[in-house]
Amino acid sequence: MVVRKPPITTREYWAPGHAACAGCGCATALKLATKAFSEAMEEKYGDPNAFAIAQATGCMEVVSAVFPYTAWKVPWVHVAFENAAAAASGIEAAWKKKGLKGKILAIGGDGGTADIGLQALSGMLERRHNVVYLMYDNEAYMNTGIQRSSSTPYGAWTTTSPPGKYSIGEDKPKKWVALIAAAHQIPYVATASIGNPFDFVRKMKKAAKVDGPAFVQVHCTCPTGWKSPLEKGVEIARLAIETGVWPLFEIENGDFHNIKIQSPGGGAKVKREGGKVVAIEFKKPIEEYLKLQGRFKHLFKQPEAIDQLREQIKAMWKVLGVEVTLPKPEE
Amino acid sequence: MAESPFKADIERVQKEYSEKMTPGAIAYIPGSSVINKTGSWRVFMPEFYRDKCVRCYLCYIYCPEPAIYLDEENYPVFDYDYCKGCGICANECPTDAIVMVRETK
Repeated sequence: MVVRKPPITTREYWAPGHAACAGCGCATALKLATKAFSEAMEEKYGDPNAFAIAQATGCMEVVSAVFPYTAWKVPWVHVAFENAAAAASGIEAAWKKKGLKGKILAIGGDGGTADIGLQALSGMLERRHNVVYLMYDNEAYMNTGIQRSSSTPYGAWTTTSPPGKYSIGEDKPKKWVALIAAAHQIPYVATASIGNPFDFVRKMKKAAKVDGPAFVQVHCTCPTGWKSPLEKGVEIARLAIETGVWPLFEIENGDFHNIKIQSPGGGAKVKREGGKVVAIEFKKPIEEYLKLQGRFKHLFKQPEAIDQLREQIKAMWKVLGVEVTLPKPEE
Repeated sequence: MAESPFKADIERVQKEYSEKMTPGAIAYIPGSSVINKTGSWRVFMPEFYRDKCVRCYLCYIYCPEPAIYLDEENYPVFDYDYCKGCGICANECPTDAIVMVRETK
């Protein structure tokens, strides 16, 4: 039997013993992100350790740095909720002045990026700092007890958007920070998911090698906040791609007319015109993604809310220039 | 049997760690969280069948801890000191070489 080499470096930058819940998708994302980053730094500068991390408050900060211990094996600084991007800009400027080679990774959750840290992020992207911003999107403030963030999808249960007689849960559409970042016309913006780790690693490496700012938004499952089974974490993330809930795309230099869209898989038919994806016909209904999660359980009593969610997903894909057909489940 | 990539970290934190407060609350030993043996959280434990393994590395890639490392022949080795028993490895294994069984103490 021919044995392939491991597809990713075996150097570890994220140590075990951290306090993340069992089955945490975000922990997987950070483990892969640091490995991809070190591979990219080795290829670009010849030094796999030529990076540092500034991280906003959030789940992954709280679980990885329980004083006096740390799970990180790279220089790492914890900053407040709103200024991961600002701190990373400062580190980058200092490295430039000192003539150090390498790249800075800024990490924030969806609350620390989409809500609280948005203006620091915008400033960093606009000043063209040589920083990669990684947003791990678990779609609510999981660290403080599952409150809604602006990245929470339509219809989801959270403690501050409880469904009931007069409410269907979260009643506003999800905010796509990747599109906001792309509007800054920065060199590289991408969305990724832990449901497709090879794609995520490729995008992280590309982001790390770009000269100038880059932004990656990665979809991570949270078994605690999504009320999903522990072992299904990766499966749910993969279903999000296959049902069309989570698009995988890359935007370079803010060119919205040439968005690269990755094939979602799961039997979906992709129609291309001149190398560009113009239409996708999904084969799996979004119900397959929703039914695995307790946070969407109430939607099955209100089918019109699921139809509303379908319309919102179509509108999101339309922004990317793709007409999608989302099937309904067979009766 | 392969050695854990974190063996040096475990030895260092056992030797150097002290209760003294550091200036600026700096955690000065990288990867010192290895002192927390999170394996005690586990309810189900993964059981590995080496003969079924095709070395696709999916368990190694997905493990959030990481409690899976590779031995000399690139087979996965499970680190039961840290495995929290989430079962993602068993769920994603394409050949069912990993099976979750109830932990017995």
